[in-house]
Amino acid sequence: MKQVILAAHFPGVNNHTVWSDPASGSQIDFASFVHLARTAERGRFDFFFLADGQRLREQRGRIHDLDVVGRPDALTVLAALAAVTDRLGLAATINATFNEPYEIARKLATLDHLSGGRAGWNIVTSSDAFTGENFRRGGFLDHSQRYERAEEFLRTTRELWDSWVPEDLVADPVAGTFAAADAGAFTHHGAQFDIGGHFTVPRSPQRYPLTLQAGDSEEGREFAASTADAVFSRHSTLEAGQAFYRDVKSRLAGHGRSPDSLKILPGVTFALGDTDAEARENADHIRRQQVSPQTAILLLEQLWNRDLSSYDPDGPLPDIDPDVSEDSIIKGRARMHRDPLKTAAEWRALAEAKRLGIRDLIIEVTGRQSFIGSPARIAEEINEFVQADAADGFILVPHLTPTGLDGFVDRVVPLLQERGVFRTDYETTTLRGHLGLENDL
Amino acid sequence: MSAASLHLAVALDGAGWHPAAWRDPAAFPKDLFTAAYWAALVAEAERGLLDFVTIEDSLALQSTRHEGPDGRTDQVRGRFDALLVASRIAPLTGRIGLVPTVTTTHTEPFHIASGLATLDYVSGGRAGWRAQVSGRGAEAAHFGRRDIPGLRPESLDDPETVRLIHELFDEAADVVEVVRRLWDSWEDDAVIRDVPTGRFVDRDRLHYIDFEGSRFSVKGPSIVPRPPQGQPPVTALAHARVPYEFAARGADVVYVTPHDAEQARAIVEEVRGIGNDVLKIFADLVVYVGEDARERKARLDELDGAGHVSDAAIFTGTPGELADLILDWRRAGLEGFRLRPAVLPTDLGAITRRLVPELQRRGAFRSGYEAATLRGHLGLPRPAGRYAGSRR
Repeated sequence: MKQVILAAHFPGVNNHTVWSDPASGSQIDFASFVHLARTAERGRFDFFFLADGQRLREQRGRIHDLDVVGRPDALTVLAALAAVTDRLGLAATINATFNEPYEIARKLATLDHLSGGRAGWNIVTSSDAFTGENFRRGGFLDHSQRYERAEEFLRTTRELWDSWVPEDLVADPVAGTFAAADAGAFTHHGAQFDIGGHFTVPRSPQRYPLTLQAGDSEEGREFAASTADAVFSRHSTLEAGQAFYRDVKSRLAGHGRSPDSLKILPGVTFALGDTDAEARENADHIRRQQVSPQTAILLLEQLWNRDLSSYDPDGPLPDIDPDVSEDSIIKGRARMHRDPLKTAAEWRALAEAKRLGIRDLIIEVTGRQSFIGSPARIAEEINEFVQADAADGFILVPHLTPTGLDGFVDRVVPLLQERGVFRTDYETTTLRGHLGLENDL
Repeated sequence: MSAASLHLAVALDGAGWHPAAWRDPAAFPKDLFTAAYWAALVAEAERGLLDFVTIEDSLALQSTRHEGPDGRTDQVRGRFDALLVASRIAPLTGRIGLVPTVTTTHTEPFHIASGLATLDYVSGGRAGWRAQVSGRGAEAAHFGRRDIPGLRPESLDDPETVRLIHELFDEAADVVEVVRRLWDSWEDDAVIRDVPTGRFVDRDRLHYIDFEGSRFSVKGPSIVPRPPQGQPPVTALAHARVPYEFAARGADVVYVTPHDAEQARAIVEEVRGIGNDVLKIFADLVVYVGEDARERKARLDELDGAGHVSDAAIFTGTPGELADLILDWRRAGLEGFRLRPAVLPTDLGAITRRLVPELQRRGAFRSGYEAATLRGHLGLPRPAGRYAGSRR
């Protein structure tokens, strides 16, 4: 039986976090991060995952104010969490456009040392001039260069991590040798980075902190297959999951890698109840809180790409068509609709058939596939996806900060353990070890 | 003399400030790259009720040459990212201030602001910043974005070097300005969680900083809400007029390097003359503390093959003699001292377990923490945000 991989996503900046719930805590106080991380570790999770942002989102030219806004610097929080956890992996999204390999390699190697080998990162790039306005280099990375930069960024960090071999750190006071003479020496000449010198951090416990990659495009799949340790994918039906899984895993051989060397980890939400019926009620309640009337209009605007503020959230869809020009009404977040006219036609048909107003339609069409049910049903479905090779595990995105994982850990994890598909205690000390990837280096 | 007003900090670097400190029998050279090593040092500093620790850093290997690596194998080489070390220690300590070094020359100001604000959150208001200019060509080559010929002490008066120093410190001043504006870019009460209107934040209490400088521009606002201290204290080491001016304009604490009380008086006068009454002036001192201080230094000098030289004055002597010196120099107008232990943990332990009790006996140092934040220890009030009340 395949073992299930589980990770916990600290709910970040999106409309899935129900901040209006009376049980909702701070998204910024360190105590919130400690609670979620310790809960995940109590549940023997593989890792804790933090998203990243470098500019506050705007829509219609104004800072978005309806969802959670504001978050800490991810790697700085993870270093602090290393002090209050022992085994849990600690991973963060890092933007390779607005960072340099030398600094990121240094920070990740430092985190790997400070956590005893528990560091991981999800490498992303941005071609976004909007975010670039906060940085010296600006936003001028052509879209076609995004994977080129990510690939070279990752390759460069690995060159830096290899610049110290374990024997370079001697620290022998009697012989009088602290480190080898050429420890840390590197040169890298590439299209994105032309650098050379000496790296300051000795070989870290994992050598290469775990690398995750998100992105479903052809380029993204190839990039993942060539170098990543895990793919942070979208969750969908069992069949679609199996198709994605087969496709990505089949690419590995072309890069000289075994199918087990890359883990497929969809991000999922979940809603629990004592019974399946109660869970569905809870899920409906959560969805209505996630999509307030104001949020419904803003989400509709993201497809229509027009100011729809004068529309009634309970009224019908606009009869004008979406604006398909390049200029986006939303800044700081990717446009999610590839063919707006086609999607709008589908939404109109659906609203017509089910007699839905704007808000109810948005609730219906923007819900992420998730696990809804009693603990027994959720454990069963998670295991089914993993055993049927639609996933190797899941990154759970709770809807409440910071207590949203409590019920899952208390009620679902024991059922997975009873089935023998999830660890009852940690068997290794490193993140690569938890995922069974320590022998790939 | 008010007991609360003498400030003491220690500067942590590797195995200590003597280049051969790692070879001392009391050192832990194999542990320098572990969290436990740093946690033990900071816990010891907190035991001594010190105001804060600084953690040295640079984006290049340590070297005896300014031009680049020296290939020496008999001294400590390699170091961690100081900000992450400070963050790793924060949950394990309760009161002491944590002041990592972050360079102003290569690090993005936006990242500096986010990282230090986050340290302030994880430490409950104990973050500070040692803002450091990098004049080393080797560091620039690690980024590949610009060439820096490198500052050499013997050519500090060359016109080209003078121009470079001005350039680096002007840039550093811009970076500090941007970081401070970003910390203020969220008003303290920006998060409103107003359920009836569905608004999580009041966007009118978030502010673009719109910084436009000759080297970079930053739009803002920060992605991190205003940190607990509002503005974590900014500190800087300064040896000459240009950095004095940088510190007086941008910092809350400046570390200076007099070699006697007379020189301390002259430096304090010069820095005060630039016109910043609230700037705290600390003197840096390398210290070997104990009855065996001179012998320890001599032994290490022999191991290293050279006498220990430093930009700061080097003290060797007993805790009582060090207390005498501190109280003497303090009359020159210094508010505090940043002590650089020559050997860790030996000289740190001598500071916390012998110097501090000696100063307490003389009524010159606190007997318990009176505040919970670094600003509190330094007697600095929490500032109002500069944009507060200005609605767009």
